[in-house]
Amino acid sequence: MEKTYSKISPETMSNLSPKAETIKFLLDYSKALSVIDCYKWKFEALLN
Amino acid sequence: MPFLKSNDMNTSPTDAFLVSAYISGNEKALSDLIERHKQRVYSFIYSKVYDRDVTEDIFQDTFIKVIKTLKRGAYNEEGKFLPWVMRISHNLIIDHFRKNNRMPKFENNGDFNIFSVLCDDDLNIERKIIKGQVEEDLRRIIEELPEDQKEVLIMRLYRDMSFKEISEQTGVSINTALGRMRYALINLRKVIDKHNIVLVN
Repeated sequence: MEKTYSKISPETMSNLSPKAETIKFLLDYSKALSVIDCYKWKFEALLN
Repeated sequence: MPFLKSNDMNTSPTDAFLVSAYISGNEKALSDLIERHKQRVYSFIYSKVYDRDVTEDIFQDTFIKVIKTLKRGAYNEEGKFLPWVMRISHNLIIDHFRKNNRMPKFENNGDFNIFSVLCDDDLNIERKIIKGQVEEDLRRIIEELPEDQKEVLIMRLYRDMSFKEISEQTGVSINTALGRMRYALINLRKVIDKHNIVLVN
């Protein structure tokens, strides 16, 4: 809740890079996502 | 070889080459693209929002859009890949600020945190459950009272009626209503003491 109503003053960051789990999530998401073409429509399917 | 950089033909494929490989089903190409541009995109987002968690979220949403667009075949290689990704993240940053403007935030710094003086007095979920149980127990004990005492107690405590109103409705004198209320409370205390019932939250 604290994050919804308040924020921390900006600090200088030396190592600006996304977390490894964010990258892993994106790569896994990409592998799981398939787009199915059906006539003029495109459907997204997420496979587990 | 239109997709390869002219200065580094063997080792570093261009973004356009990787994009086209990814669209053809090569998942490794996406990993290379993210690896190549993650720092610039991430830094760009952070330079606008100054929050690691929000940056992480916007970075993730940016690449989810990238993935969806590429997989749908909706990407056209008119511009360059990186500026396109930057444009997506820029739009998401604007969305973030628009959303946040509706809920102004108090800025904390190292010395002072607004939550040190503000607190939420509402019961937490555990205390809400306990309160519900206490009220339920009390209701059950009240059910055990003699009918005339129960009637007066319910009118007084749950319906917030005055003793004058109670006496008018029940057809007894005010003193009788007061006496019934007194005995109702005495009997409640007796039952609570006898069974060691804890009615505190």
